[in-house]
Amino acid sequence: MEHIRKRLAKCEEGIRYLCQIKEGCEWGNLSGLLAKLDELKASFYDYSEDGFSDEVSQIEEAVAFLAERCQEEISSMDRVRIVRSPLRFSLKDILENVYEDYTELGGEGEANIDPAMVVAKANILRRVKNRVFTQQVMVIGHEKGHGEEFRNGGSTKPWGNEKALRFMQVAETEGIPIHSYIFTPGAYPVEEYPGAAQQIARNLYAMAKLRVPIVSIISEGGSGGAEAIGLADFRLMFSHGYYSVISPEGAAAIEGRVGEGQKAPKELVEQCAEYLKITAQDNLELGTIDRIVEEPPLGAKHDDFAFFKRLRFEMMRATDEVVLKTKSLRAFRAYELKLKKAGDDDVLVNPDQDTNLHIDISWELNNDEQKRLLALRAKKYRAMAAKAYLNDTTRFGEFCKKTSTRAAKVYYTVVYDILKRQQKQVEKVIKEVSGEGSSFVKRLSSPFTAAYDFIAHKPAGRAGKAPSAAGRQEALALEFGDTYTSPLANEDRTVTCPNAASRGCKDLWVPDLYGEFCGVCENCGHHFPLEYQWYLNNLFDRDSIREFNAKIGASNPLNHPVLRQKLQNVKNETKRHSAIITFQARLLEVELVVAMLYSDFRNGTVGAAEGEKFVQACELAKLQRKPLLAYVHTTGGIRIQEGTMGVIQMPKCTLAVRDYVDAGGLYIVVYDNNSYAGPVASFLGCSHYQFAIRSSRIGFAGYRVIRDTTGQDIPPDYHSARNALKRGHIHGIWDRREFRRNLHQALMTMGGRNLYYR
Amino acid sequence: MHDEIDFDQILSQYRADPYEYIEVTTPHAGRLVFKTSEEKPVSGPSGEWQHLPGTLLYELERERNVKPVRSVVNGVVANLERALDGQFVEAGEKVMIIRHPLKKREIIDRILRNVLSMFLAPERAKYFFALDIQSRIDKHGQRSISIKPGDEVLTMSLMKRDTPVLYQGEPGIIHSVYFTPGATVDQDQPLIGICPEDKLPLIQKIIARVKSEWE
Repeated sequence: MEHIRKRLAKCEEGIRYLCQIKEGCEWGNLSGLLAKLDELKASFYDYSEDGFSDEVSQIEEAVAFLAERCQEEISSMDRVRIVRSPLRFSLKDILENVYEDYTELGGEGEANIDPAMVVAKANILRRVKNRVFTQQVMVIGHEKGHGEEFRNGGSTKPWGNEKALRFMQVAETEGIPIHSYIFTPGAYPVEEYPGAAQQIARNLYAMAKLRVPIVSIISEGGSGGAEAIGLADFRLMFSHGYYSVISPEGAAAIEGRVGEGQKAPKELVEQCAEYLKITAQDNLELGTIDRIVEEPPLGAKHDDFAFFKRLRFEMMRATDEVVLKTKSLRAFRAYELKLKKAGDDDVLVNPDQDTNLHIDISWELNNDEQKRLLALRAKKYRAMAAKAYLNDTTRFGEFCKKTSTRAAKVYYTVVYDILKRQQKQVEKVIKEVSGEGSSFVKRLSSPFTAAYDFIAHKPAGRAGKAPSAAGRQEALALEFGDTYTSPLANEDRTVTCPNAASRGCKDLWVPDLYGEFCGVCENCGHHFPLEYQWYLNNLFDRDSIREFNAKIGASNPLNHPVLRQKLQNVKNETKRHSAIITFQARLLEVELVVAMLYSDFRNGTVGAAEGEKFVQACELAKLQRKPLLAYVHTTGGIRIQEGTMGVIQMPKCTLAVRDYVDAGGLYIVVYDNNSYAGPVASFLGCSHYQFAIRSSRIGFAGYRVIRDTTGQDIPPDYHSARNALKRGHIHGIWDRREFRRNLHQALMTMGGRNLYYR
Repeated sequence: MHDEIDFDQILSQYRADPYEYIEVTTPHAGRLVFKTSEEKPVSGPSGEWQHLPGTLLYELERERNVKPVRSVVNGVVANLERALDGQFVEAGEKVMIIRHPLKKREIIDRILRNVLSMFLAPERAKYFFALDIQSRIDKHGQRSISIKPGDEVLTMSLMKRDTPVLYQGEPGIIHSVYFTPGATVDQDQPLIGICPEDKLPLIQKIIARVKSEWE
């Protein structure tokens, strides 16, 4: 009878799993089945063995039928619940079953920097004919555990992501590939050092040029937390996984404007999960992943050994593909790998099938191959979300643009790489010679100069030159002009400073505040928000702004039912097409490229259009050897209605920044008002030089998300620029009235005389 | 310290009227609109950092700037000047009283501040007990330490420089300590409360009575 009892237990597990997926036992009369099961268990000894077996068989059939039906009509939200089930496999199961052996690094179990992030050095076996090779990999991933609370559900803290980065660099030193497994609902949103956003940005920046193959696979891909280890040369996804910009519940809370502490209606959550296009198939179609790894119906569990066999095969195949693309000699092996693809789909059905690749591919890369790997990685991300924005440029316009870019490339190569280099060489020689000459002349003439000074009664040490007229002019030019006054100043009323109670600030008359005081409280220095046009007019030299890519516009790539109308409205209101303005401008003698995210357009959220414009700004700055300024008037994060098309902008833009900085560019970020989430956790936060305007707030997640996630309240100044300065995220807080002067100084100090400094 | 303290009278006074009456006046002139009503309970700022604002009492509009005025304490609205609703009022005009029920701790604190002699912080700095005083406190408890004027009771630590602070005031024992060693204390904030030795039993008695009698 024992084996029948086991079958019964399996049935119960199956029913309870279905109840979890369907969020209750009402669907398909699961509650009836459970009742019958209880009844059978209670009357276990009343049946004969055959009779009991028949009863169990009936339940087994019913469960199998329901499972089949559930799989047929599986919804996006069902997949979310599958991924969150404690029965689902976790990273530890993968380490045990996919790899030959492994050693966990950076802590073990609860004794860990962050138990939600597991790093292990693992061996994987490759069989070629009758020989066995061991290949090493660095396995990095989130560990949800099977109901272990200390794992925090795979929600990694900043120091957990830092651990991941540390061991990625170890992998780079050792030249071994990285396999990253993403099982996270999102990063743990705390600002404690180094800050959730700052650490994710650092990870992305480092991964952009990590000189080893990276293969990532997504089970639960929650936005920024996923991206922290998700930038890869090959991106896989489990067939029942989800990859999304925000959890469906979070999206529903925003869409439905649900108050804190209240739950969004179930139907709305389901709808949001569908709109966000979070499934593996959706993501494959959108091009954010490269391949899907099939799981058994209703998802793999921790004891699906055939699935682990397949996973091992898929991870090796993906790594091989990445490595082979960098090799010059690869044709036959690539063909072999391609053939293997065609016949592998029944691995799950037939577990005995040989899943060994039988191809000899070394995962070590030489210098040239590493360069090729990085170039391919950059190219891969550059092409992502290419169709997710509007571009009204005609074919002729495109042709002209391409031609002028090519011409500019030739021109700037000649000017900077050929002439400038020669000029620099000549200048260097002249400087050396003149230095030698002046020392020689000084030694000859010093007795005569001393004698003359003694006779003429001149004090020791010759006075330096008085400040030149040009210097004074420059100082004047750095003052704000009276070209533009905010329209906010046209109201005849007063406002109260938010610090009035604590600092005793008097009421401010609006025409004074937004006119003469530039929106700054004259008593405490609190900065009231000003419109982005104020900066456009006051920060740069008059008439020096030349906008580019103005026609690239935000679109509705996922056909979200509300976004289209919202976009149309905001386009009509702002007379602009996206939340970012990219332009070239001048500040005294410095020509620079500027990308400005502003609040009027969907709260400065970043989608495919914004990302594309930012990348093109980086490319232009790189081409023309100009410094790049990202001025963030406001950004609310990634535009959630664009789903993963938005999330993918994080690695895409970071790669563009890294390319620009590695080529010698100077990238400065200035935050103003509110800057949160994805952009701060990627292409903004990765800058070496970040500053903030006074009274601005910088962070990863807002109050409500932090309270919901961590269950703790946070102090009111949690996101303040001062706190960001304290933890080293930014390097200075600038007064708005001194913005022009400070920016000029920053360009000069950080960029040096030639700005394009290497 | 007063020579004669009529504790019965103090206690009966608090028992008869266990409230503090906080007068709410207008900070400046303007048109006033009440947002609360007579006998309505109001609460002061709350939350770990006092970041959740108190109940909205009224709005005062001056030069088209509507300023919300909120309650700073918990209590009940009383004596609301309903006639002023919607009217222009001058600065300093009394608009209502908030009847704040005193808690046991507040009453004890008030009585103690009234009867103990307070030694105030001479400067904004960190304070510590002098080493010998601290060791005696550790051994026998603070109530066993008697001090007199000129004794080195505290050490003031400012920018890592330690300066001895000599006690000035009535001789007695250290009854209450109002500072945390190592935490910065603002100037003129009480550091310790001193009570003459012979008055100690009386004070302890009164505290015990408040503790036992008050809800």
